[in-house]
Amino acid sequence: MTVESTAARKPRRSSKRTAGAGAKKTAAEPELVQLLTPEGERVEHPDYDVDLSAEELRGLYRDMVLTRRFDAEATALQRQGELGLWASLLGQEAAQIGSGRALRDDDYVFPTYREHGVAWCRGVDPTNLLGMFRGVNHGGWDPNSNNFHLYTIVIGSQTLHATGYAMGVAKDGADSAVVAYFGDGASSQGDVAEAFTFSAVYNAPVVFFCQNNQWAISEPTEKQMRVPLYQRAQGFGFPGVRVDGNDVLACLAVTKAALARARRGEGPTLVEAFTYRMGAHTTSDDPTKYRADEEREAWEAKDPILRLRAYLENAGHADAAFFEELETESETLGKRVREAVRAMPDPEPMAIFDHIYADGHALVDEERAQFAAYQASFSDGEGN
Amino acid sequence: MAVQKLPIAKAINESLRKAMETDPKVLIMGEDVGKLGGVFRVTDGLFKDFGEDRVIDTPLAESGIVGTAIGLALRGYRPVVEIQFDGFVFPAYDQIVTQLAKMHARALGKIKLPVVVRIPYGGGIGAVEHHSESPEALFAHVAGLKVVSPSNASDAYWMMQQAIQSDDPIIFFEPKRRYWDKGEVDTDAIPGALHKARTVRDGSDLTLVAYGPMVKVCLEAAAAAQEEGKSIEVVDLRSMSPIDFDAVQASVERTRRLVVVHEAPVFYGAGAEIAARITERCFYHLEAPVLRVGGYHAPYPPARLEEEYLPGLDRVLDAVDRSLAY
Ligand SMILES: Cc1ncc(C[n+]2csc(CCOP(=O)(O)OP(=O)(O)O)c2C)c(N)n1
Repeated sequence: MTVESTAARKPRRSSKRTAGAGAKKTAAEPELVQLLTPEGERVEHPDYDVDLSAEELRGLYRDMVLTRRFDAEATALQRQGELGLWASLLGQEAAQIGSGRALRDDDYVFPTYREHGVAWCRGVDPTNLLGMFRGVNHGGWDPNSNNFHLYTIVIGSQTLHATGYAMGVAKDGADSAVVAYFGDGASSQGDVAEAFTFSAVYNAPVVFFCQNNQWAISEPTEKQMRVPLYQRAQGFGFPGVRVDGNDVLACLAVTKAALARARRGEGPTLVEAFTYRMGAHTTSDDPTKYRADEEREAWEAKDPILRLRAYLENAGHADAAFFEELETESETLGKRVREAVRAMPDPEPMAIFDHIYADGHALVDEERAQFAAYQASFSDGEGN
Repeated sequence: MAVQKLPIAKAINESLRKAMETDPKVLIMGEDVGKLGGVFRVTDGLFKDFGEDRVIDTPLAESGIVGTAIGLALRGYRPVVEIQFDGFVFPAYDQIVTQLAKMHARALGKIKLPVVVRIPYGGGIGAVEHHSESPEALFAHVAGLKVVSPSNASDAYWMMQQAIQSDDPIIFFEPKRRYWDKGEVDTDAIPGALHKARTVRDGSDLTLVAYGPMVKVCLEAAAAAQEEGKSIEVVDLRSMSPIDFDAVQASVERTRRLVVVHEAPVFYGAGAEIAARITERCFYHLEAPVLRVGGYHAPYPPARLEEEYLPGLDRVLDAVDRSLAY
């Protein structure tokens, strides 16, 4: 099975739809920070800017294309029965690559379960992300080797871990920053409000990066909030900003500014990346039951990848050879991911008892021994 | 000045102080733990001596307290958090059960969560609703957590040292009605292991197993039974997860009778676990079924009724008699 690549598709220049079109309104639709229009035109913003070389711009494009390819491959692998579940990031590449590329190595990231693009930016091997979806582990990477914490399934919990970690960074006198990712649905959780409170009170160097992809499974944002999310920050005493989440340049610029603020010791920022989840919530979900096709079509016109491609081409920052090479690289990545997943071994049954406690536990020891004896009873019977 | 006579609350206070002096990564967090020294004054004076960077008055948000403590632990700190009263741990229960308990395993052992959650628990102080409960079974049931409760000042001092030094998350239940009970604390002693039970009274006719606030009740019951010519052994469990079943088994093999006593409701409680395991281990030694004495399957009652609800001397002695009658 091959996976369709969007890298080769042409942007829809004809679309007159602009930001916000097709999305349900949440109170008055506020201005988005935007540096690149859906048509791929570079625009100015009074407060935010980035100055990137052609190579850096191509790098962002490459990141988005490869992340989308990885994601599509994982979706296909789920369809083939190789993964039990997959949470696709389709449509959210700009929000993730833009924010992810704003980070320094010593910054720390607390993701939810869909941050495959951020993981990519952190240097986490994409195949590591698949273990938990295949069902061979609950994490699969060492959080400290890439400063990228494990995925968190209980929504909102990680915003407190990020805040606590950031409090520790401040105590250490370091100038690193911490980013907590979460969704618009998660923003209704008490933990997120508590994280806002703690981070404000202790002036913690944390950036709350909410990807408002308009939906929490079947629930639209109207079921989560009555005022635009980013405005909530004000009530906690720190700035909130809404950025076009399909504009990688704006996401980069806004996250960089928020991180710089954190590093200067000025405390938290809430960034709301206004974006769209183009696929299903997960492979178990059926979005046709709750949302109209036109909505997705309207957002497809704002596709983050097509928009950067238009800009690269129009500005002469990339030639045909670049796109062809990337296509090849994309194929190679797909193949690597496919092979890695299929080769992924099931864990040893005894792993059930591993790493439950750092210092051991008598009951675990006892049950491990019982389990081993029980297992051994079968092999003895077969004379193995 | 190695040996001092201290109330339990002060013993914990001294222990926290020692831990903070020894390891700059140890932090105290919770509601009112700073200037006030906690509503039970367990952290009294620490704020003055260690400052607000290490003794942190938090917003009133239990999930936030535990959740940020997890983040601080990930950054290399060793937070000791105070939950003000037993009934208020539930907003933090999610963080404790879904995050604190599991993160080490999810990271395949690559990260450690040395967080101590202190909870003043249990009844007998005439308090209002949500201030007298014993939720230890709800935590002991969860893999990844360890659950302990001291019954005297020396254990309070030493078990707190050991809990803070442990790389595992520990739920530290403090028997609040014993906070003012004095006992000798030898700060130079070599303490026993954190999860070992201790025989606090020898006897030959029956074993009483208890922990935390009920150890004293059981000792009093054993003394009363002595006057009637019954020889009762009392084992202080000290740790509810893991449980030192070897110690309980050794005692029961000698006395052949076991009564487990705790304040928490009997239904699905620690007594049920101990009864099942000891029946399995000691089936041929037992002269009577393992009996349990504890709270009822009812909300903790208003203070004027708590003496009826809590296991007291008479209820323990009644169970002793029932066991001996087999
Ligand atoms: C505490 C909790 N409740 C429910 C769920 C089930 N659940 C998983 S994802 C999800 C929707 C989350 O939506 P949002 O926060 O907007 O993030 P998105 O998935 O759209 O990126 C729900 C309800 C959960 N994981 N955790």
